[in-house]
Amino acid sequence: MTVATLQTIALGELLRSMADDEFVIGFSDSEWTGIAPILEEDVAMSSLAQDELGHAAALYGLLGDLTGTDPDALAYDREPDAYRHCRLLDHGRGDWAMTIARRFLYDTGDGVRLDALAGGSWAPLADLVGKLIREERYHRMHATVWIDRLARGGDVSRSRLVEALTTLGPDAATVFAPLPDEAALLDAGVLSVPMEDLEQRWRATIAPTLSALDLPMPPPARDPARGRLDHGEAFRWLWSEFNTVRRAEPGVTW
Amino acid sequence: MPTAIARERSGVPSIGFAVDVATVLAALAEVPDPEIPVVSVVELGMVEEVAVEPDAIRVALLPTFVGCPALEVIRTSVERRLEAFGRPVDVRFEFRVPWTSDRISSDGRAKLLASGFAPPAPVRADEPLLVQLGTPVPCPNCGSRMTALENVFGPTQCRSIHHCTACRQPFESFKSV
Repeated sequence: MTVATLQTIALGELLRSMADDEFVIGFSDSEWTGIAPILEEDVAMSSLAQDELGHAAALYGLLGDLTGTDPDALAYDREPDAYRHCRLLDHGRGDWAMTIARRFLYDTGDGVRLDALAGGSWAPLADLVGKLIREERYHRMHATVWIDRLARGGDVSRSRLVEALTTLGPDAATVFAPLPDEAALLDAGVLSVPMEDLEQRWRATIAPTLSALDLPMPPPARDPARGRLDHGEAFRWLWSEFNTVRRAEPGVTW
Repeated sequence: MPTAIARERSGVPSIGFAVDVATVLAALAEVPDPEIPVVSVVELGMVEEVAVEPDAIRVALLPTFVGCPALEVIRTSVERRLEAFGRPVDVRFEFRVPWTSDRISSDGRAKLLASGFAPPAPVRADEPLLVQLGTPVPCPNCGSRMTALENVFGPTQCRSIHHCTACRQPFESFKSV
């Protein structure tokens, strides 16, 4: 295998993992449309979901250009086991605390990952990342404000938040699960820092927020090598939801 | 000016008409944003590059938001408007330069304000977002600064929702990105 081929494969794996992350969290968040705890959050979650699905579409577009595949087919036509989103996003919608905890852990991780991809050597991705960073600022702000609100809100909101962080904690660092052929991405200058080091950066980023609120830091990921594999029942259900139209009427357009 | 003459005769420039970048930009200034139609794609600062080549007119546009659902509508509107020049039109969306709300022209800002939208505050990337969002946005209806941000997320990705305590009216602003 040539170096160029290996780098293309590695780049495809990176794009697939990022696109699947944004796609899955976008669909999970869209489940709040119409039923969020307050009207403002109904609007906010719908807008966040729209952002994430848009980011996923752009990333699937890059992956499609790279591999000569239809982006919609990438998004909808794979079997559940072929998705490479991180296990953090595999827990189902849960209650509001679960949603906020997931958003906080994911958005802070995604922010660290995007910073390490900005200025990378593959221009189509580096350019897109420059734009994503501007939008994701709003997502992190939203999640951080809500973590604070739930942690200080009262016994019920705090205990639910702690429970959510405890449930998600062992999967939180899977955002940084090592990618197949990650070394090729580092050699090519697509990614500037190994995922393992990014995880440490992310821990340093979230520690002040969590410790100020006396909330638990996520432990190390269990089985990090399989952090983007073995999707469970919650994802299989979501998968059957998001491709319902696609399966009912193949090739349908709006 | 030949453009004006051609428009007077047929409403649109005739086929095979000598077209240059300024003519194309003038035509693009007539293409409204589908979600906030008081401003054009030019006033929004979405037009990054126009090239008039013998085989095609090429336009590079910068999406305001990556997931903006209006992009395909904008693409079709631009194609339809420029087809009148009688050559193939190639519209592409790019991220080479990130679109930022600072690109909205002063005319665009004035039109937003006149239609009840607060224009975006200057982007201050080094300042924490919460600090920036804590600065009251002047009410586009009465000019008061006694306003509160109700929801940073609004009916579209580029809009936030505010309330004015002076005139007791809700209003929207264009997000700073």
